[in-house]
Amino acid sequence: MFLASFLLVSRLKKSIKLSPLSLKWASLMNVALGASAVLFVVSKAYFDNGLAYICGSALLLGIIVFAERERDFASMLPFLKAHYPLIGVGFIAGLVKQADSDFYDEYDKYFILPMIAAFIWVLAKWANTRKQHEEFRIITAQNALLDKQVAERTAELTKQKNELEQTVALLQTTQQQLVQSEKLASLGELTAGIAHEIQNPLNFVNNFSEVSMELVGEMEIELANGDTEEAIAIANDIRQNLEKIIHHGKRADGIVKGMLQHSRASNGVKENTNINTLADEYFRLAYHGLRAKDKSFNSELITSFDDKLPTVDVVPQDIGRVLLNLFTNAFYAVDQKQKSGVPGYKPEVTLSTRVYRTWIAIKVRDNGNGVPDAIKDKIMQPFFTTKPTGQGTGLGLSLSYDIIAKGHGGSIEVDTKEGEYSEFTVKIPIN
Amino acid sequence: MIMKILVVDDEVDVQPLFTQRFRREIKNGEFDFSFALSGEEALDYLERNRSEVILILSDINMPGMTGIELLSRIRHAYEKPPPVVMMITAYGDDENRQQAMQNGANEFLTKPLDFTLLKDKLKTFIH
Repeated sequence: MFLASFLLVSRLKKSIKLSPLSLKWASLMNVALGASAVLFVVSKAYFDNGLAYICGSALLLGIIVFAERERDFASMLPFLKAHYPLIGVGFIAGLVKQADSDFYDEYDKYFILPMIAAFIWVLAKWANTRKQHEEFRIITAQNALLDKQVAERTAELTKQKNELEQTVALLQTTQQQLVQSEKLASLGELTAGIAHEIQNPLNFVNNFSEVSMELVGEMEIELANGDTEEAIAIANDIRQNLEKIIHHGKRADGIVKGMLQHSRASNGVKENTNINTLADEYFRLAYHGLRAKDKSFNSELITSFDDKLPTVDVVPQDIGRVLLNLFTNAFYAVDQKQKSGVPGYKPEVTLSTRVYRTWIAIKVRDNGNGVPDAIKDKIMQPFFTTKPTGQGTGLGLSLSYDIIAKGHGGSIEVDTKEGEYSEFTVKIPIN
Repeated sequence: MIMKILVVDDEVDVQPLFTQRFRREIKNGEFDFSFALSGEEALDYLERNRSEVILILSDINMPGMTGIELLSRIRHAYEKPPPVVMMITAYGDDENRQQAMQNGANEFLTKPLDFTLLKDKLKTFIH
């Protein structure tokens, strides 16, 4: 019983040994240890066994009750409570021995055995708490290590995040540059077509002006001859010629304006636009642009415009770029097929428009080689191209998709059969 | 003798331009102009008016059948008497010229057309 008290106190002392609490409790612990020893000696010498049991149990109970109240030993609570059976058995054995010493001696093993059992229980509990404390210390150490690691990782992640932000900013700048260079590349494709398209109306302006000058001379002769009827006929011709001069002058004007609009950075302002006119203009530009670059290239151009197509609010230069891209792709497709030498092949690119209830559709169809199923899903991805290196940026369709989907709330759909045709449909909602 | 000329060009306004430029010649009964807007249309016309046309002026750069294709078809189909074929193009480069000549063109002219020169050339072909 005294041994248990002694062990308990030394255990408590040990539990706080390394903490600041040790100073606070050191003297009290020593007193308790001393008291236990003194009581043990005193009770051995002066009391018989019964009184010694009661005395020892009381000492133990006192220490336990005291320790339980102190918050500093809260973690030891299960261990402290484990002493109650021992205290109980100690009191009962002591009381019984005091009351009837003979009875006790006769049945002493019924008292000694539970006492030993209770003592072993305390020891077991002690070993257990020791183990728990050990685990707790390991966990605490692990926690500290984890905290350190988390801090390191956090610092690392913050660094990576900053680096990524810088990369994103760089990529955004590069993207803008790419968009601009794609625009310039498509302008390059256009220049030859533009030159041709301007040359034609300019020729007409020059020719009709010259012929009108001649006609004025002839009219003067007819008037001098007194043939007013012929003179009036000539005057009619001259008027018609002047109308043609105006028409072709405006045609050239429109082309130059379109070219300026195409090269200008998109201001994103939507204008009420006649899609039939816009599409037709770019269709011709794309065709003549390619023709000027590659003399062997040729294709039938078929147009089918819906007369009832309403004007829609779009950014004209953006839609122009999308259409130009689709036309260039279509011409490229038919040209590839023709160059592969399919017998009896006649290249055809068809541009058609149609109005539906809430949207308009612009269809660009070619009878080229179509898009294989394997890459159908990829053609709208940035940088994807089937053209040889250096011939395509792979940005055309992805930029087109952005313009139509993000800029205009529309969509681009692809219908294609490998070896037979491709049809791209641009859908734009009616305002 | 009246000279029947077929002009092939996809630009509609080429028609009034020729009739006015050759106003006096047409009036005097020297030239008679017909027009076709494509190579296909030109072949159709030639089919219907077999030996009448003696001179063809054709644009090279046209949608569908090109002037070169038209030229080679004419050269293969019409042997006697072969019509005079003059090719006209906005792209006056060597490649185009060689192609035209290889396919049997009599002349290669570039746009913008010099009508005074053209008139002289046409008149030399009459004689």
